[in-house]
Formats: sequence, C-alpha cells, structure tokens
Amino acid sequence: MIDREILLEKMKTSPYKPMRGKIMESRMLTEKEKFFRIELEGKINLGHEPGQFVMVSIFGYAEAPISICSSPTDKGYFDLTVRNVGVFTDKLHKLGRGDIVGIRGPFGKGFPVDRMFGYDLVIVAGGLGIVPLRSLIRYVTYNKNDFGHVQILIGCKTPKEFLFQEETKEWMKRAEIKLNCTVDKADPEWKGNVGLITTLIPGVDIFPARTYGVVVGPPIMYRFVIRELLNKNIPEHQIIVSLERRMRCGLGKCGHCQVEGLYICQSGPVFDYSQLKNFKGECHEKAA
Amino acid sequence: MKYATIKKEDLNRWLQHLQKRARLYAPKKKENLFIFRPVKDVNEITLKYIPTILPPKKYYFPQKEKLLKFTLKPFKTAKAIKEFEEYILFAVHTCDIAGIQCMDVVFRDSPEDPNYLNRKDKMTIIGIECLEYCDKFANCTSMGNHVPRGGYDLMMVDLGEKFILHINSEKGEKLIHGLDYIKEADEKDMLSLERAREAKKKVFKEEFNASLPVVYEAFDKRFNSDVWKDVGRRCVACGNCTTVCPTCYCFDVMDEMGLSFNEGMRYRIWNSCQMDDFAKVAGGEDFRKGRDTRQRHRYYRKFKYPVDKFNRYFCTGCGRCTRACMAEINLVETVNALLAEKGEQK
Repeated sequence: MIDREILLEKMKTSPYKPMRGKIMESRMLTEKEKFFRIELEGKINLGHEPGQFVMVSIFGYAEAPISICSSPTDKGYFDLTVRNVGVFTDKLHKLGRGDIVGIRGPFGKGFPVDRMFGYDLVIVAGGLGIVPLRSLIRYVTYNKNDFGHVQILIGCKTPKEFLFQEETKEWMKRAEIKLNCTVDKADPEWKGNVGLITTLIPGVDIFPARTYGVVVGPPIMYRFVIRELLNKNIPEHQIIVSLERRMRCGLGKCGHCQVEGLYICQSGPVFDYSQLKNFKGECHEKAA
Repeated sequence: MKYATIKKEDLNRWLQHLQKRARLYAPKKKENLFIFRPVKDVNEITLKYIPTILPPKKYYFPQKEKLLKFTLKPFKTAKAIKEFEEYILFAVHTCDIAGIQCMDVVFRDSPEDPNYLNRKDKMTIIGIECLEYCDKFANCTSMGNHVPRGGYDLMMVDLGEKFILHINSEKGEKLIHGLDYIKEADEKDMLSLERAREAKKKVFKEEFNASLPVVYEAFDKRFNSDVWKDVGRRCVACGNCTTVCPTCYCFDVMDEMGLSFNEGMRYRIWNSCQMDDFAKVAGGEDFRKGRDTRQRHRYYRKFKYPVDKFNRYFCTGCGRCTRACMAEINLVETVNALLAEKGEQK
C-alpha cells in the first residue's frame, strides 16, 4: 500500500497530457525520412538520456513512439527523424516549420553513458538504427574527453537511404572517431564498401574488456552482429542494443511493447545482451 | 462491531438505502447469463449467479475511457474528466475482488494511472461469498480466491435466513450505520459462519493437479511446450478471453474529432493481445505472429510474469475465459496438460 497523501497528489495530474512542441525546422533527409527540430514551450530542455524516446501526438491521429536523435547536450530543442511508413507518420511528414505537435516523455532507459565512460566504443548502426545512435554519437563527440576510441560502422540498403550524410563527413574528420560505411547494393556513384554490415566487424581492432559494442538496427541484423561481437570477446554486458516496439502509453501499462515479462517502454528500449539472452522466444533480436 | 447480520426480508430495504448513498451496480439476469448493471429496481438484483459476462472491471476500467480533451487551434489540452462519481459494487464474488486487487497493483505501480486511481477511490465493494461452485469452469480454489482475502468494504455470507456481514472498512461501516434492522452478530451467528466455512471445504477442491508453486515451475520450464502449439491450433483469435478477463488491462489509444474538426477527445479503449497486429511495429516485424505465441503470452501474463513482478497470480479462477471461448479452450485443462508434460522445454 502506498501513502494516501502522495496518491491524492498524483491523481491530480495526468501522465497522458502532452506538452506543446513547436516544429522549428524540418527537411527531407532521403526520399522516405524527414528530420524535425522541435522546441518545447518556454524552450525548456527535454532532459533526456541518449537513446530514450518520446510519444509524439498529432491530435486526431493519435500518438506514436519516436526515438530522439539529438543529444541532451544540444540545448533548447530536440531532434526527431521519422520514416514515412503509415497513417501517422504520413501525417507527420506533412507538417513543417511552425506546426504544433504534442510531446510526452522522455520515456525508458537510454544508453548507459555513465557506465561507458573510459571505454572504447564500437557503434553499429543498420538502416534507421543510426537515428537513436545519433543521440549517442553527438553526446560522445560533445564529451569526447570521457571516452576512448570510437569506431562507427554504418550500413544501409542503398546509398540513397544513407541518413545524416553531411554530419557523417564531419564525424569522419575527428581524430578520435573511425567511421566505416557499407551498403547492401551500390549505385555508380558509391565508392565505399558493398556488403552486409557484419562484414565490417572482423576488421575492427579492439581491446574487448574495455570496449562497449552498441548495436541498433532491424531485428535480423542484431542476431548476426551480436554473434560477431561475441566472437570478438566483448563481454555480454558490454554489448548494448535498443529494441523497437510500438508503445501506446509509455507508462508500462498498455501491453503492446511487452516482451515476455518486461515492458520495453519502462525497462528498455536499451538493454545489454546479458539481459537479452534470458528471453525465451519473443525477442527476435536475440543472437542466432 | 466487526460482524453484523441482516435478515433476508430486510435486504431490499437496505438496498434502497444504498441506492440513495451512491450509484449502485449489481448482478442481474440477462437471458441465460448474468451482467452487472446500474440498479433501477432492487427486485431485479440476483444474488445467485455464475460470474457475469463481463467482470465489474467495466466500471473501474471502462471499455472506452476519456483521457484528454484537446483543441487544435489554439493548441490546448486538458484532463477530460473533472469529477468522478461515488459508486457501490454490490454482490461481487471473491474472484472478482481478487481481480480488482490485481488491477490495483498494476495501476498503482509507478508511473501511476490517475484515471484508474480516481475511479478506485470512489468505489465501495460489497462482496458475497460463494458457498457452492458457480459451474464446472471455475478454478478459484487452486487460485485461493474461493474465500475472501480482503479488498472489500463489506462481505456478505448467506446463513440461511440471514446474511452475516463482515465489516472491513470505515466506508463499509458507514453503509450500515444507524440502521435498526442491521444487528451486531452474536456468538450463534459466528458459529454458523464457521460451520458454513467448514462445509465449504468439502465442496471446494483444488482444480489443478498440483499446487500453485508447481504450476509456476511448469510455466517456467515449458515455454516451448507442445501444449501452446495445440492451444494455438484451436484458437480463432477472437479476443473473447481477454475481454472477459478481470485482470486483462491492455489498451489502445485513439482520437475522435468533433464536428468542427478543431476540438476532440482522446480515448483509451480495451485492446487484446490476441489480435494479430497487437505486437506489430512500424517496420513490419510482428513479435507474436502465431496464435500459439499469443495464447502462450496470455497464459504467461496470468501465471508467470506478474508473479515475478508483483508476487501475484493474475488468474482469479473465475472461469470466464473458458466459458467465453468459442474454440472450447479450457484453462484448467491447459494448465493440467502443461503439468503433465515431462522435463523441460525452455
């Protein structure tokens, strides 16, 4: 039983009430993905951890979970990048500068940056995985003194789907970052690697005990990338992943994001592999 | 006064008294089944009933509940419900009271759900203890919910010519206070209650072939058992089982616009993990694609996951999922089949 006074206080406010978010900037990054910069009322900071998500409301179209792609060190605004895949995201794509959306959150557990201090990082992004990982990469580049070597591996289907191309070039210029890209299928202008992202992993040079592997991508990618990282002897609890589920409430109630006993919106979306491997069969991201 | 008695002939008088205090909901016959309804005429109330089609959850976790009102221009949002109404749930079975306790645990768990808490705050529960089985589908004894274990304001037990009332809260005390036809229970009444409970022990027997910890262990070890494949083959994914379950609370959120298309309402509506798109994500991946995995998920949400999280089984033993199943999937049979399996299928 909990204290009645506290309970009465909590009953007055609603966790379902969104804040007002104004779109300050928006642009198409590729044919399907659009970038949004959002400012909350009073320019307050969202105060998120890299890797957390927000519930974005377009009234009349309900709400959807979207990962935050800016770092908490970017003050006064936050960024989202959204692929047009359905009714809600289609409507979101039609919005632009000056339009208002509802924002709830941030929700969940982000990347464990406090545990990652003083470690080398291998960041593996497949497809849209670069979106939540951009929040981590921006955080790491801002606090670069705190981390060791950073290796970033980015993979996508075709060069056309390559997200944050300009920013990627800037990351490449930095001494502490080594960045490698690959596409499944090249076009005539592509000069980089061709092949699955797993082909890049054997080539990375790491000291496993002091390395965190951070992986975000489609479920099929996890199974193979995690295996490669384990082959590199990175300890299980130093392999970090983020799981995509379609949350409806963000409060650990609605049931949609549940994987076996856990609500991803509260216990995740970020997990380490030692947690992941305990799942029995409902976690498609578990290593093959 | 911890126990009181009321003669059966005075029951309607008391009900009329209750009607004046708050909105009264009670079981009533509907064709060959029963439902909870707001009471207009106290003569319609029935005290001998098998679990109602829907549990009283529809009053504290409505099928379609207002969450928020909003206007687009200017952008404004506000809580949708300002005042919640006082209400009394009358003649609630002990299994359904256990269901309310499960919901309490979920919605009090941080972050709390204010809609539920507000409704719960206005609720008064008057229970009734079953002295015989409702039908062959219940498994309340295995779950330990065939006897009252708190969670109510008053509990009625039929002693033949009268009911004995267990007063379990101040709220309950107030409902019988100052009424000359409700008397303090004497030693004879207490003895009759004891005898009724003794007689009950001969009627109510554990329905599962093993005790709850063994059932838990079977669930822990047999995630990949063929029992789930068999249940999945028969399931038609209609969602009846989750709709009628007193401890199923999954929901979806949806908006409805007003005629002006400038203001509208956000609702939460019941949703079912048995629906095929329940665990589907934007990228197209469906994390519980087969009906076997969805049925297994439902069972694990009763016998495994909430036990790990809250040390509480979320099956109340009411038997509704079995009664409502079109494919005749029987909960007791499923659990017993799982218990009969040998070894581990992790």
